[in-house]
Amino acid sequence: MAANLSTQVQGGVGVTEPGISHEEHLHHDDHHHDQHWLFKYVFSTDHKVIAKQFLITGIFWAILGGTLSSLFRLQLGWPEATMEWLTPVFGKWIEAGKLSPDFYLALVTMHGTIMVFFVLTAGLSGTFSNFLIPLQVGARDMASGFMNMLSYWFFFVSGIIMFSSMFIETGPASAGWTIYPPLSALPQAIPGSGMGMTMWLVSMALFIVSQLLGGVNYITTVINLRTRGMSMSKLPLTIWSFFLTAVLGLLSFPVLFSAALLLIFDRSFGTSFFLSDIYIAGQALNHTGGSPVLFQHLFWFLGHPEVYIVIMPAMGMVSEILATNARKPIFGYRAMIGSLLGISLLSFVVWAHHMFVTGMNPFLGSVFMFLTLIIAVPSAVKTFNWLATLWRGNIRFTTAMLFSIGFVSLFISGGLTGIILGNAALDIQMHNTYFVVAHFHLVMGSSAFFGLFAGVYHWFPKMFGRMMDEKLGYIHFWLTFIGVYLVFMPMHYVGIAGFPRRYYAWTGFDSFSQFADLNKFISIAAILAFFAQFVFIFNFFYSIFRGRRATENPWRSTTLEWTTPLHPGHGNWPGEIPAVYRWPYDYSKPGAEEDFIPQNVPFSKTQSSNLPYESEME
Amino acid sequence: MSTISTTQPLSSADAADRPRSGNWDGGNEPFKASYGKLMMWFFLLSDAFTFAAFLTTYGLIRHRYPAFDAAAGKVFEFSTAYWPVPDKVFDGFPGLHGQSVPLGFVALMTMILIFSSVTMVLAVEAGHRMDKKDVQKWLLWTILFGATFLGSQAWEWSHFIHGTDEGTKMLDGTTVYGANLAVNQYGPVLFADLFFFITGFHGTHVFSGVCLLVWSFIATTNGTFEKRGHYEMVEKIGLYWHFVDLVWVFVFTFFYLV
Repeated sequence: MAANLSTQVQGGVGVTEPGISHEEHLHHDDHHHDQHWLFKYVFSTDHKVIAKQFLITGIFWAILGGTLSSLFRLQLGWPEATMEWLTPVFGKWIEAGKLSPDFYLALVTMHGTIMVFFVLTAGLSGTFSNFLIPLQVGARDMASGFMNMLSYWFFFVSGIIMFSSMFIETGPASAGWTIYPPLSALPQAIPGSGMGMTMWLVSMALFIVSQLLGGVNYITTVINLRTRGMSMSKLPLTIWSFFLTAVLGLLSFPVLFSAALLLIFDRSFGTSFFLSDIYIAGQALNHTGGSPVLFQHLFWFLGHPEVYIVIMPAMGMVSEILATNARKPIFGYRAMIGSLLGISLLSFVVWAHHMFVTGMNPFLGSVFMFLTLIIAVPSAVKTFNWLATLWRGNIRFTTAMLFSIGFVSLFISGGLTGIILGNAALDIQMHNTYFVVAHFHLVMGSSAFFGLFAGVYHWFPKMFGRMMDEKLGYIHFWLTFIGVYLVFMPMHYVGIAGFPRRYYAWTGFDSFSQFADLNKFISIAAILAFFAQFVFIFNFFYSIFRGRRATENPWRSTTLEWTTPLHPGHGNWPGEIPAVYRWPYDYSKPGAEEDFIPQNVPFSKTQSSNLPYESEME
Repeated sequence: MSTISTTQPLSSADAADRPRSGNWDGGNEPFKASYGKLMMWFFLLSDAFTFAAFLTTYGLIRHRYPAFDAAAGKVFEFSTAYWPVPDKVFDGFPGLHGQSVPLGFVALMTMILIFSSVTMVLAVEAGHRMDKKDVQKWLLWTILFGATFLGSQAWEWSHFIHGTDEGTKMLDGTTVYGANLAVNQYGPVLFADLFFFITGFHGTHVFSGVCLLVWSFIATTNGTFEKRGHYEMVEKIGLYWHFVDLVWVFVFTFFYLV
């Protein structure tokens, strides 16, 4: 019996006898071998290839987004320094040895847009939902491989448009990633409100189509394509988080689509949905009756769920990695699902906490404050569950584990300031300062990045059949972890001192001069942390080709993706898809032969570790 | 080898090793719906949020303007000072120039669209019976009603754009006939903006629906669905079509009734 179990563990597909003539087997495996490379690697419908496409495109965007932030940190840290040396690259954007202020606005706008949408939405969900959903629920592929492929290519075209907008004469969109009208609605307002803004809107419309195509696929796959025995209460938490993330995207992105479409009409066809009573350069515009606050409502109806779209996949992956590497069942599996559901639900009723000072009715503000602070409850449930999972665990400090622990740390540090900012009264002081910037960069920006890194380090062996280098991983982790805190901790102080966001320079204010050193410090830390990412990039690409060869289940994990062959083909399992008998967290079960029991091992094979009721289970 | 059943893996011939097989236990379709149908449902849910955002926009802007106060004893006339009364704006009917038929034409349009939903149901039902002839017949009726609705909307738009014979005298002394995105004889410009935008967005949906119906009619005629063994595609397009009808009921309510 023990021998049988271990073949299942190592061989992965122990429940299947090779050579069984099986309908799905024939259907999925035999005609994929002689595919043209164009359909195998480029226009592929295989979810694993699409996931890698999303990941590598995401890495491209992350490098770009990080570069932009280094540029504006240069400006903020050394406002007097000459930037002449950048002229060969940026041409007229460097005016008299300085970054032009318009260029600065373009930099922060594109940094936000790229990081939020292209990296942490498409790069994160796109990669891991695609990669893990079919593998972990036990499916051959996504429900519709073709739509999945379209999802990537819509994202790609959307990216091409966004990228091109950075090379046009008037520059890319510059109204901030939230593109509030009237600034974004009036092409004559600033250079960035011209062609660049139009391209931003078109790009985002295509991006939303991509999200929709991906989202319906993720949801449908989780509902319909789970393997035999994989009930919703046996799903790994990764799948729960991807599933709910897709639901959030499905319900919130269409509202951004509405807002973008209305804004396009305001910009290009003379309507006044978001415009009223505006003088520009002494000229009264004939727009009347619209409401810019309406745009903010529509935008944040997406914008708030969006931060959960960014963080929830990271939460799911971290839960999985913490349990695997603590060799313990996740603490409070059902509470974890419940808190994900709670967060998903609440995320739709808190959007106006981004708008406390917009002139919205203060009574409405207190309702939104109340709802916002309730989010602390499911968030705390998750945090305590993670900590309880670690407690007295048999911890293995893999790189992925370090990043997961780092995620929990950042989520706590950033979450605490959320309680401050969620207060309508405190927000009057804090809004639009660097305190806000520090808050969301910790709680969703850096945390989601840590989740992304954890995911890449953990599932790299399944993606490429090789391991990433652990030493480089450690270096990457410590530089990034320390770097992130050195950047964002001081930023809270700068924010409390009243530094507003999106200002090109503060040299005109005497009261701010005492913080010049702190700003320099933040800039140095930010640029160093950015360069530390190249350790990861080197490690990633080097390991794809030269990394140590992986085994089938290197982390001794319980979930189904590790029962596939080292290089799973299109269709994932060469034989029949394994059936599932148990939850995904049977780590260190007392009485078990090994310290983990994969989900596809029936209870009849594990009599020694079964709990009384389990022996009677089917 | 081929005698081994596909539902029972070899190593679990023992009955106790079979995984659970409840409705939500995996290996089946818990909503008894194929993935394609589920996807259509989720797309519609998503699209409903898009329309909800537009109708919210309508509601919010509508309430930034006062309504016409009939109790004050004044006779209604078009003015940018208040939101127009729909009965007065939409009172034209093809062939009855100069006569007032409040909401008559739009009522007809709405009836046509609702009828198209009925014929769509019949097409889906015929598909369940694998009755190719009937599917063709009812699809054709649906296409006809859908196209008629689109034509009627074109007339409605053109009537709205051209305006009344008298026009409306604006505050600056000019007389405005009809409406476009920048001027509006019937009331605030935003009334026209919203009318064009929302009915236009709905019309685009109807147009896409008609295109899908035409495509499925061709596919039915070619026997594509017959070969496939089911007319599920017709059913999925049917879901979309009913959704578009349902949205029209809301659009109709917002623009014409309240």
